[in-house]
Amino acid sequence: MKTEIITDLTKATFQAKREFEADVALVWRAWTEPALLDQWWAPRPWKCETKLMDFSPGGKWMYEMVGPEGDRHGGVQLYQEIKPEDFFSGVDAFADEEGKINEDLPVASWKNTFIATEKGTLVITFAQYPDTESLETVIKMGMAEGLTMAHDGLEEVLAKLLG
Amino acid sequence: MRRDVFQAIADPTRRAIITLIALQAMTPNALAEHFDTSRQAVSKHLKILTECELVKQESVGREIYYQLEINKMQEIDKWLEQFRKIWEDRFNQLDEVLHKIKNNK
Repeated sequence: MKTEIITDLTKATFQAKREFEADVALVWRAWTEPALLDQWWAPRPWKCETKLMDFSPGGKWMYEMVGPEGDRHGGVQLYQEIKPEDFFSGVDAFADEEGKINEDLPVASWKNTFIATEKGTLVITFAQYPDTESLETVIKMGMAEGLTMAHDGLEEVLAKLLG
Repeated sequence: MRRDVFQAIADPTRRAIITLIALQAMTPNALAEHFDTSRQAVSKHLKILTECELVKQESVGREIYYQLEINKMQEIDKWLEQFRKIWEDRFNQLDEVLHKIKNNK
């Protein structure tokens, strides 16, 4: 299925839409249970490691993204409103080692909505950043991660050539 | 003042200017005709776009034409494309996880 991404730099918003071939109950679990989140949240070759999960209003998910070189980046999601198998909202931010929000990096308020469809479930992720600069920073950081991936691909090609 | 490609496209009038001159080089006067704002306002946006290196000027006789720096525009495209790809990859992984769980039932 195709992912639809809309980034609006003027409004500093980001929206992703994607349909999954599984019922809402299962997709909801994948977004809210740490053992499942760990399997997909980090873009390859990064790995996600949950440090703490309290999925409840006022609770939080603390995790680390572990890079191929062993470098770690902390992330935290604070949960505000939760309506099971419908939506949850909260704050998405970068975190220090103790899981405290890193205020120097962009903090977004976001909402994930789950809608039952004929084929399965449509998930809409919507994030609002405080200003255009914050969204740009996130995009640029994403670019850095993307470059890591590209380098990995290059290594594989080189390994084959040398092999 | 920050001057980069993102600053350039952060404003709706500047985005409209970019769209117009992407088709053909234009003079400030010709551009101003497309907007309700003053000629001065358009000039101000052109100045910012020039400082962001997204447009370049070319003098033809007594007229100054503004044209788009295509390479700079591609820079933005690259950023956004990469960002899009990360989410695509992430969701593809989620797809795999969901399929795995369904098959184990």
